[in-house]
Amino acid sequence: MTLCEIQQGSQAKIVSIGGGRTAQQQLRELGLFPGDTVRVLRRAAFQGPLLIECRGTQIALGRGVAAKVVVE
Amino acid sequence: MTRPPRLALVGQPNCGKSTLFNQVAGYKALTGNFPGTTVTFTSSRVRVAGQVIELVDLPGAYSLAGANPAESVAQDYLLTQNVDAIINVVDASRLERGLDLTLELLELGLPVVLALNMMDEAHRQGITLDQEKLSAALGVPVAALVARKGVGVRELFATAVRACRQPTAPNRARYSRDVEAALAEIAAPLDRRLGLPPRLAAIKLLEGDPKITALARERAPAAVAHAAQFQRALTASRGRPAEVIINSERHTAALNLCEACATVARSRTFDWRDRIDDVLLHPVWGYVALLAILFAFFQFVYGVGTLIEEPTLALFDNVLATLETELRGIPLALELVKGIVAGISGGFAIVLPYLVPFLIGLGLLEDIGYLPRVAFLVDGLMHRLGLHGKAVIPFILGYGCNVPAVMATRILEEPRERVIAATLATMVPCAARLTVVFGLAAFYLGPAYALGIYVLNLIIVALTGAILMRLLPEETPGLILEMPVYRLPTLKTIVAKSYYRVREFVVVAWPILIAGSIALSLLEFLQLDHWVNALFAPVTWLLGLPDAVGTTLIFGVLRKELALVMLRQALNTSNVAAALSAGQMLTFTVFVVFYIPCLATLAALNRELGRNKMLGVAILTTGIALVIAFVVRVGMGLLGG
Repeated sequence: MTLCEIQQGSQAKIVSIGGGRTAQQQLRELGLFPGDTVRVLRRAAFQGPLLIECRGTQIALGRGVAAKVVVE
Repeated sequence: MTRPPRLALVGQPNCGKSTLFNQVAGYKALTGNFPGTTVTFTSSRVRVAGQVIELVDLPGAYSLAGANPAESVAQDYLLTQNVDAIINVVDASRLERGLDLTLELLELGLPVVLALNMMDEAHRQGITLDQEKLSAALGVPVAALVARKGVGVRELFATAVRACRQPTAPNRARYSRDVEAALAEIAAPLDRRLGLPPRLAAIKLLEGDPKITALARERAPAAVAHAAQFQRALTASRGRPAEVIINSERHTAALNLCEACATVARSRTFDWRDRIDDVLLHPVWGYVALLAILFAFFQFVYGVGTLIEEPTLALFDNVLATLETELRGIPLALELVKGIVAGISGGFAIVLPYLVPFLIGLGLLEDIGYLPRVAFLVDGLMHRLGLHGKAVIPFILGYGCNVPAVMATRILEEPRERVIAATLATMVPCAARLTVVFGLAAFYLGPAYALGIYVLNLIIVALTGAILMRLLPEETPGLILEMPVYRLPTLKTIVAKSYYRVREFVVVAWPILIAGSIALSLLEFLQLDHWVNALFAPVTWLLGLPDAVGTTLIFGVLRKELALVMLRQALNTSNVAAALSAGQMLTFTVFVVFYIPCLATLAALNRELGRNKMLGVAILTTGIALVIAFVVRVGMGLLGG
């Protein structure tokens, strides 16, 4: 399952993070690592980004990026 | 050596480095509540804690890797300039993430002082920090502060100045045994030939940092091969790439530190800020709110501006009338005085009445933290322009001035995105063009026309983006943007920031307006203006404008406001409506909004994108302006304007 499929308001645990090198690095810099629990706060319209929260930090993630984050 | 000690402010984006800088240096660095406000460094000599120091404000960087050009500035500066001490600013409410960077900075071998900023926010979130424990664990001094209110700033600098003179003994992060073994082996043959401590060089090489690897290929090729060998070995034994292993272990170290030194009294509660986002980020109401906010902003600028423009214009008309009777006998002096008055009154009556309310409004939006929210809302739409939501930040800044907008494209990761975003940002009507739109179209034709021009501009920018995306096809990377919490803007910051930007107009642009007006007076006096107008005749003919407008359009390239200030002078009237029809005014405004960016913007484009792309933008925008202004002319003609 990917982060994209998580319902608004639900939580999930990150299993792995895929995607390009820069994107992966940026996500690590924002504190997203496998094993972390994230909550999907909001989903934007027009196939827009997800707003997730991890350890108090809110991050907007485009659908493309979120689709490469595998969660359980 | 008499050079004052150089202290660099380093920290993750939006942790308050510029706010701290401004607290001691006066308002010299723009601040705002969004990641990437600062894209270049600012330095200033300041006297703090009884000593003169050189303080440098660096752009925020999440790590020493530098995902985009703005972040690379910090990395490059620390590695190439002689910094005497680092003030590592950390958002105390986000300590565990901030410490990732701290642990990297400790590897630089420079004295580091950890500045725990936004302590008030941390308290509000129920976080208590044990500073002494943190200081002992890291082996560096720690100071707590609230930079926004100036709390703890003096103590911080006193500590930092003391740290400059002392040898450092930080407690570096220890990695697992196999990683440490690899680092020791890679570092062993490296002296300081890469310009950074061998252990840090080894970490960067093992992480595969592109910049350090490229540097090592030149100066220590053996180390690159060596590192690659260890990367393969680590990936094979741990099943993950070396950079992921190192980052994860550093992150774990930061988390452990945080767990040992910070206590969180309560779990996350949803407060008023979440309630605001319930509306402002709502899939439907969010867009309604966005439009409402923009419309209110527009009304505010228009309301304040027209209130002041009319009486001020009348006042200067009286002044001019008096001067005309006084100087009737001396034609040259009269022409010159007319030029000077036109330039001065242009600033007072046409520019400042709209500029000041606009800048106050922009400052509010920046400081509250609304810009990243707009990025969130429009990301889906922006993908159709080959950009992602983050690119909306340069666009919005572009409404203030295109120069910082072009520079703000440094927060984008891909070169292609920066080209598209910078091109489109120059098409956004800046505050100078705003004065033309408001001072001419809105003032004489009504606010609906001005609003129409803004909407038309958005449509054209979107179309141009869609075309550029086809020309430069490549997948748009996804949005990754930290969403800052809302903050109440302080009156002091808003005033300081607006003053800082207005001063830009007063000292840079206004003299140009006056000089331009005098130049036009002289041209008219010497009857040379016909020649200049003749050069521009094909354009004025195509757009159905009087010949006299040609000079104003040429001078408008210097400063866009100049086009309007000079228009009154060129038409020899302060009431433009008496000389131009509604259709002509609209055509003129539309042309000025779209045509070639001003000189300062062209210079910024030249710096950021290079000469060829700068020329490309100039040709493209002028072409677009001609087409659209012609369409407006024909359209207005059909409507009987």
